[in-house]
Amino acid sequence: MGSISGWTGAVVGQRSGISGVPDQPSASQDPLLAVSGVGFQYESIDVLEDIDLAVDRGEFVALVGPSGCGKSTLLNLISGVLAPSAGHIEVAGVNELVSRLGHVSYMQQKDLLLPWRTVSENGRLGLELRGVGATESEAEVAHLAESFGLADVLGSMPWQLSGGMRQRVALLRALLPDNAVLLLDEPFGALDAITRSGLQQWLLNVLDRAEKAVLLVTHDVEEAILLGDRVLVMAPDPGRIVAEVEINLDSAATNGPRITTARDFVETKRQILELLSNGAVSP
Amino acid sequence: MSYLRNSAAVWVPTVIALATLLVVWEVAVWGFGIESWLLAPPSAVFGELYDSPGLLVGHAGTTLTEIILGFAISISIGVVLATGIVWSRVIERSVFPIIIASQTIPIFALAPLLIIWIGTDIMSKVVVVVLFTFFPVVISLVTGLRSVDSEMVDMLRTLGATPYQTFSKLMVPTALPNFFAGMKVAAVVSVIGAVIGEWVGASAGLGWLMKVTPQYQTARIFAAIVVLSVLAMGLFAAVVLWEKWALRKYPATANQVTGLGEP
Repeated sequence: MGSISGWTGAVVGQRSGISGVPDQPSASQDPLLAVSGVGFQYESIDVLEDIDLAVDRGEFVALVGPSGCGKSTLLNLISGVLAPSAGHIEVAGVNELVSRLGHVSYMQQKDLLLPWRTVSENGRLGLELRGVGATESEAEVAHLAESFGLADVLGSMPWQLSGGMRQRVALLRALLPDNAVLLLDEPFGALDAITRSGLQQWLLNVLDRAEKAVLLVTHDVEEAILLGDRVLVMAPDPGRIVAEVEINLDSAATNGPRITTARDFVETKRQILELLSNGAVSP
Repeated sequence: MSYLRNSAAVWVPTVIALATLLVVWEVAVWGFGIESWLLAPPSAVFGELYDSPGLLVGHAGTTLTEIILGFAISISIGVVLATGIVWSRVIERSVFPIIIASQTIPIFALAPLLIIWIGTDIMSKVVVVVLFTFFPVVISLVTGLRSVDSEMVDMLRTLGATPYQTFSKLMVPTALPNFFAGMKVAAVVSVIGAVIGEWVGASAGLGWLMKVTPQYQTARIFAAIVVLSVLAMGLFAAVVLWEKWALRKYPATANQVTGLGEP
């Protein structure tokens, strides 16, 4: 596990995991995603400073922080859209000297569906760019569409779908190229609370947790606790990680809306909110 | 083929507006006793269309050929130039000033030179049409290609898109609405280009016919103008149909503002 600057290791109860996936011995294998000492400057302003984090196979890490603390910038650095000013980023199976573009699945807050393409045509975009033929890639979309609840709308246009459905198409598009690392940037941030809550539960079920390393960025503390095995807390100016909280909720088994009112959930949320407000005042 | 659907409500205002214009024109000519060589009434213009359809249609065919050739060349040149301008800043900085300068040339003054350089056959007229029409095509296409959402570009990059794939799968489809707006302008001004080319040096075409027709035969000159207008409207309609076909999958109608002031 990468060393985290600031104080770490706030443990709440026994580690039972929110998803029921058995814990994996993290020390025995290299992480799928390793970020070490990464900094980023934009027009000589430090946006990110000395970021260290690692995400293991089968692990779901949530990154919370206030708006403008550089969360999305960090995902842009990991995906290869931007190049870091300092430090390095390692993604399993990708040579650090070549571009990570095309090798890291990245789902943004906006669905960014191409309006002139059907659901199926949008979903297969990543495969199409790799030269996979239409028949084969459409078969792969159709295969996933069932569990994504999209089987009936494969021929529909994006504007005919609800916001929640569009986000599912965007996730399907990001996942189909089958990369080891998945980045989620406020994936449900633009949705209403009820749709968001339903999709959070669905997301945990649909991800093949055993195979992927997932890094979620959010400003919603509840979402971070619900989805993450660990929560990393960021502070702004410059963006940096100030704390790490392990999520071990006994109430995780209850699932559904009741979990967010369970005592250990509320206690964890209070703890993270305190960390966030501490980070906001101390430089 | 829902994009071909029409209803009486679409056509009635157009027909009434045109009919009113013609009636006012006709009544004014008779009412004020205007000599017909000064302003031919619509009845005389339509009489001319009725009396010598072969003459007008034959020359219209020549003009239309020049227009279609010129328009096709303009689209080709426009696509190449716009692609180059968007692709490379060096191309943009070297080519854009020349494109703009080309539009400041008074084509009427240049046309006689074109006749000398190229000859009086159809190509000199085609070149004038190109000079008139490539500019709206290039400008609209560059604007359209640049209107792409940078987040969409980044999304495609994270999926591993090459610059060429980003261009063909994102930028070109994004540019189509602007591209067709430019082609609608080009379709109409192409008619002016052909007439100016024929005016300066030709042996056929509606522009040539207007030039060689004695000035007092106003009805024939007006009839030629009517045929040119019909050509322009037909070209415009053809571009609109092409646009509706090309954009058939776009969520267009839902986003367009029409009838803003209607109750």
